[in-house]
Amino acid sequence: MKVNLIVNNQKKIFECEPGDFLLDTLRTYNYLSVRRGCDTTNCGVCTILFDGKPVPSCSVLTAKANGHQITTVEGIQAEATKIGKHFGDEGADQCGYCNPSLALTVYAMKKELNNPNMEEIKEYLVSNLCRCTGYIAQERAIKSYLGDES
Amino acid sequence: MKVVNNKIHSVDGLGILKGRPAFTDDLFEKNSLIIKVLRSPHAYARIVKIDDALARELPGVEMVMTYKDFPRIPYTRAGQGYPEPSPIDKFVLDEYVRHVGDEVLAVAAIDAKTCEKALSLIKVEYEVLTPVLDFETAIDNKDIIHPEKEIHEMFPIGFEPKRNIAASYKMHIGDVEKSLSECEYVVKESFYTQAQAHVMMEPHTVNARIDYQERLVIYTSTQTPYHMRRIIAHALEIPIQKIRVIKPRVGGGFGGKQAIHGEMFVSYVTYKTGKPAKMVYTRKEVFESTYTRHPMRLDVTLGADKNGALKAIDFHVLSDTGAYGEHALTVFMVVGSKVLPLYNKVDSVRFFGDVVYTNHTSAGAYRGYGAIQGNFALESAIDMLCHKMGVDPVEFRQINMMKENETSPIFAIMGEGTEGTAMDMETCKLEECVSRGKKLIGWDDIYPRVDLGDKIKSVGMAIAMQGSGIPYIDMGSATIKLNDNGFYNLLIGATDIGQGSDTVLAQIAAEELMTTIDKMIVYSSDTDLTPFDCGAYASSTTYVSGNAVLRAARKMKDTLLQEAARVLESKVEEIDFDGEVFTSKSNKSITLIDLSNQLTYSESQQQLSVTSSYVGHKSPPPFMAGFVEVDIDKETGEIDIINYVSVVDCGTTINPLLAEGQVNGAIVQGLGMAIFEDVKYSESGKLVSNSLINYKIPTRLDIKKLTTEFVDSYEESGPFGAKSVGEIGIDTPPAAFANAVYNGFGIRIKTLPITPEKILFALQEKERNHHE
Repeated sequence: MKVNLIVNNQKKIFECEPGDFLLDTLRTYNYLSVRRGCDTTNCGVCTILFDGKPVPSCSVLTAKANGHQITTVEGIQAEATKIGKHFGDEGADQCGYCNPSLALTVYAMKKELNNPNMEEIKEYLVSNLCRCTGYIAQERAIKSYLGDES
Repeated sequence: MKVVNNKIHSVDGLGILKGRPAFTDDLFEKNSLIIKVLRSPHAYARIVKIDDALARELPGVEMVMTYKDFPRIPYTRAGQGYPEPSPIDKFVLDEYVRHVGDEVLAVAAIDAKTCEKALSLIKVEYEVLTPVLDFETAIDNKDIIHPEKEIHEMFPIGFEPKRNIAASYKMHIGDVEKSLSECEYVVKESFYTQAQAHVMMEPHTVNARIDYQERLVIYTSTQTPYHMRRIIAHALEIPIQKIRVIKPRVGGGFGGKQAIHGEMFVSYVTYKTGKPAKMVYTRKEVFESTYTRHPMRLDVTLGADKNGALKAIDFHVLSDTGAYGEHALTVFMVVGSKVLPLYNKVDSVRFFGDVVYTNHTSAGAYRGYGAIQGNFALESAIDMLCHKMGVDPVEFRQINMMKENETSPIFAIMGEGTEGTAMDMETCKLEECVSRGKKLIGWDDIYPRVDLGDKIKSVGMAIAMQGSGIPYIDMGSATIKLNDNGFYNLLIGATDIGQGSDTVLAQIAAEELMTTIDKMIVYSSDTDLTPFDCGAYASSTTYVSGNAVLRAARKMKDTLLQEAARVLESKVEEIDFDGEVFTSKSNKSITLIDLSNQLTYSESQQQLSVTSSYVGHKSPPPFMAGFVEVDIDKETGEIDIINYVSVVDCGTTINPLLAEGQVNGAIVQGLGMAIFEDVKYSESGKLVSNSLINYKIPTRLDIKKLTTEFVDSYEESGPFGAKSVGEIGIDTPPAAFANAVYNGFGIRIKTLPITPEKILFALQEKERNHHE
């Protein structure tokens, strides 16, 4: 079947099977920043923005996304560069497997929450698991990114 | 220093965060065959019959692989140097399956759906055997897990498969029984640790293709590309020169990717068919079918004299290696060799026990292996001894622990799988670590507890040591190449698995060559292109590979000075070089840019390239003190980790940001083992905690504050004074937390993880005993 999506502000027509999930479809079409971590919607690695809201792409049927706006980190490169610099400043990047999805979620949070405190930041990002960093450096970086008006 | 010990951004973090293709599954060849494995539903069974006729006829199926397709070549998946200290006890496929999730057969097909359809069409008849599921009854059990005749040990490791023993070991110094009989205070306790899962975010992933020279090119998410090449060549009878292993970016390893897993099937399929193939483990497969930390029972006896001096340590350990013996002996020995020297003033030490086979998921390497289990037992028992004596546990440690310039006879006796290496602790800032940590946690204000009403606040602590590589065994090497316009390539076999070794090693080279990090282009690892390195394990990369890089950089500097002397018509020793300009005594000068351009294009042209290697002659331990502050709810047992203080002596921090990241990440993994990560098996031996739904790792809500500091320390034998920092952080949380729970409530929990439920049950039991 054919599905019409708006990926990173571009109209796309993807060929897929009715049972395909967005994670696999996006990877098939070379959006390689979207990656699989756990199969059970627990880890956050496959997060994309669906009409601006972070969702695990492993649980969204591609067919159901017909007509919707999909954002991957490939679509927010300027903002990702900014986030990445704050991550670098704080030593917050280790393996980085989860970082594109975390950057997307941080980007969505910045749009959704006004001046969140640390508790609100943690709540918003709790589904983005990380096994490398122990989270603290990430949160320092995110806090300074949120305050970065450049 | 301008580059080393500076907070430099990682060389790759930005590109990876921006989503650049980097990981193994970003780099597979389109139209790769997909490989899926049929996994055993039984903990122990013999395959009687496989009916795969329908699957083989299914359009799109390329190959069905069963044990009959593979020659009887045993190997070990451990991913170690040669000869391996692990039992050689695994076949690519075997007639027997030894745990739920073990490999029965594999299918290669044009896509995942065809693979799954094919697997559903295959009927396997099993003779179900009685599994050994309780590791404490494994030895001399009537059910033998490895009856096959081809398996063996490469050198004596105490391998007795007929008794379900994968390895065994014993050592002693002095007469422990006699020392204990003379002690005023003795504690004798048993502790249990669980089969923690690595949960690296990137599942095990591998793909392969045949290149235009008809060679097998394997891309794999591995910590050990060179061992991988050797072991695949051996097990699949492929000439080693026909194999190239490329390690792309690895999405976390923690020891889990030291091993060989999907690589055998992918290599076999591609080599046999000539077609590209790939395999990505499901998360369930990562849990059930790779390997875990070794669960253990540790029986500890400590004795102290009437003055409170520790006199004797007796450690008996039973370790469960599961279905296969990866790292059976080495993990076991580290329980002793990287834990017991902490208390080096004793009269006698005994360390002995066995590593047994069971029909559980196999155990293998995992960050801090052996050390975290041993630390939990020893550092819990030390606190118990202190309470028995009425002595402050911090002061007790300050008196009895290892100090700078001291040693322990254990270093010479015990290594990892072999004899050890004698060494003095030329750097050991444990005293500073303890006193600073005590201050940072506010020990004197809280110890042992503060009653907050609904909750009790308490503190606990533990000390730890690790190593820096395996001396005389593990080798690292580095090649540095000068390019036109004066920038360099640093080619290393060392494997960055997310810990930041590409950055750290580039910093070492840049510092020595007095250049900036952007002119030191680092690449790891490719068995065709980069020089040998044993891989990322045993806390070896900064120390062993880092020393190789430093040597290569020195050699490059010498080479540059010779070339500059030739051009400037001067003696080498009269050339001054600041990283950019060479100046002779007679004030003639040439820039590195001009020299490199001359060498490339116009005069005495040649490629400057140097390679150096390093193998350690000792393994200087990093040390740390860990302190935890927790609030625990009296009614529910709910645990609130308020702060974890780590004060670490790892020598110079090559990159302070990345070093802090190593410690913080390891602390949180250690807290996971201490509190959250419960491993549950069903009665029939199926791993129940086989997904992130029911195996809980710490989330960011669980971690409020980590206070991590490094003390001033300079290890002469390390690159720019560095020791290792990759593993040390994981060791202290289980014991520190157990000690905090005791300090808060007077209950001693000796089985990990220490969950709210366990705390609550222990409190209720304490209450009952109190009433009786």
